[in-house]
Amino acid sequence: MECSFGLTGKDYVLLCSDMSAGRSIIRMKSDENKIKTLGPHLAMAYGGEPGDTNNFAEYVERNMRLYHIRNHYPLLPEPASAWIRRTLAESIRSRHPYSVNLLLAGYDTTTTKPHLYWIDYLGTKAVVPYAAHGMGVYVSLSTMDKWWFNDMNKREGVEVLKKCVDEVKKRITINFNFNCILIDKDGIHHINIESEDPISEYEAAQPKDTVVEAPNPPLDVGVTA
Amino acid sequence: MNSVLTQIQPPAPHSRLEEQDEFEHTDAAAWGSMAGFGNLSRTGGIAGMSVPRVADPTAFLDMHTDNMSSNPEAKIKIAHGTTTLAFKFQGGVIVAVDSRATAGSYVASGTVKKVIEINKFLLGTMAGGAADCQYWETYLGMQCRLYELRNKERISVAAASKILSNIVYQYKGMGLSMGTMVCGWDKTGPQIFYVDDDGQRLKGNLFSVGSGSTFAYGVLDQGYRWDLTDEEAQELGRRSIIAAGHRDAYSGNTCNLYHVKENGWDFIGNYDVNELWYEYEAKKKADRETATAAAAAPSPMAVEP
Repeated sequence: MECSFGLTGKDYVLLCSDMSAGRSIIRMKSDENKIKTLGPHLAMAYGGEPGDTNNFAEYVERNMRLYHIRNHYPLLPEPASAWIRRTLAESIRSRHPYSVNLLLAGYDTTTTKPHLYWIDYLGTKAVVPYAAHGMGVYVSLSTMDKWWFNDMNKREGVEVLKKCVDEVKKRITINFNFNCILIDKDGIHHINIESEDPISEYEAAQPKDTVVEAPNPPLDVGVTA
Repeated sequence: MNSVLTQIQPPAPHSRLEEQDEFEHTDAAAWGSMAGFGNLSRTGGIAGMSVPRVADPTAFLDMHTDNMSSNPEAKIKIAHGTTTLAFKFQGGVIVAVDSRATAGSYVASGTVKKVIEINKFLLGTMAGGAADCQYWETYLGMQCRLYELRNKERISVAAASKILSNIVYQYKGMGLSMGTMVCGWDKTGPQIFYVDDDGQRLKGNLFSVGSGSTFAYGVLDQGYRWDLTDEEAQELGRRSIIAAGHRDAYSGNTCNLYHVKENGWDFIGNYDVNELWYEYEAKKKADRETATAAAAAPSPMAVEP
């Protein structure tokens, strides 16, 4: 019982995930962050088998960090997606596979292009302009099919995302709280998708950068990403 | 002559060399706290675990125990622990549990200690397989003590719970059954972490675990506030366990209540679930009567017509 969305725009990518965690029919938590920051311009929304999800997300996070430390620059979205896909493809052929589905979102600082990858536990990887995992698939893919278009600005993108969230709240019996981030050239920003005008709020809060769950202080090695 | 005799004699039942070795070298002092715990050696390492001697021990246990719920009719009924709760509030952490252990429909015990005292600042609760919880939380206690000795500093609740969740994750899918809350007070203040057999580990303010958890949540959620006083909080924890003990057949007997504060945990008391339930019922009835009587009586302030 999970739900996550992602969509790309002109020079940014949005990622949105529900925040519930529990066991069978009981929700034990409604504010669990299921979006993991993997680098200065890379994040993923993950879901699947409880236990596996966190373990895998932390494994990916540490490996991305290791790459950054070794090379003094972070892995770009494309190779990061390839590495994650391969890890899952090897996992599914092992004795204890990870059952984790994820949406990987990143901003390529070299080409200034946003990237979104739909990846599942079988090791399927699809490069997509917009995507959903979990319950969101049933109601919001069509919403995005209709309203999404190329080169949307931030305000238009957030409007589409809001439509998806509204649709899930309207048609899915389970109540979800949503957590949302935006990745652009300046890095990862938190977006309050529940508010009337998230973009104005986000722009007002611009000077002081808010990073979602950054596990370590930014690495200062004299090379900017 | 002797050599011939040894040759025709059947092999000793225990032929594990290192095991015999260990017994030979143990001195009397080692039978105390130095002796290790269960199959754990003195250094905290695992000497080895007994598993059924078949090709696939996991499948074998699955077939013969009711643990993994694929075969509820299995002859071996695992002892289960059942309603536990813990919540954080202004005055620390309240931990309340019931004390019934059932094996299938049989009440195996009514005096189980489901709160495991890991150390002066850490408590673990027990739901799911009683043996699994007891064993791994005691093991966690050893690891926490070793951490303390190595680092000259008490372990954080976050780190302690992660040791447990990492162990449990290693054994994922092999039939472990546990839903536990690691509660305590560290540098960062009061903390509760939920750890279960999926390997899931959640940080939170309020959790309830076990078959009676739904009933406990029902009372707990409605009465919970951050600024509860100590007495109110203890009463809320106790009342929630009583509610679960009344509704859930697999919970009951007595309620054990703990309060974790800045300088460690306090055991508040042990309460009989049935006695308290009827006490609460009588009080509810009496309160209702006085309320209706007060409403029916003419107000002394009423103005005569």
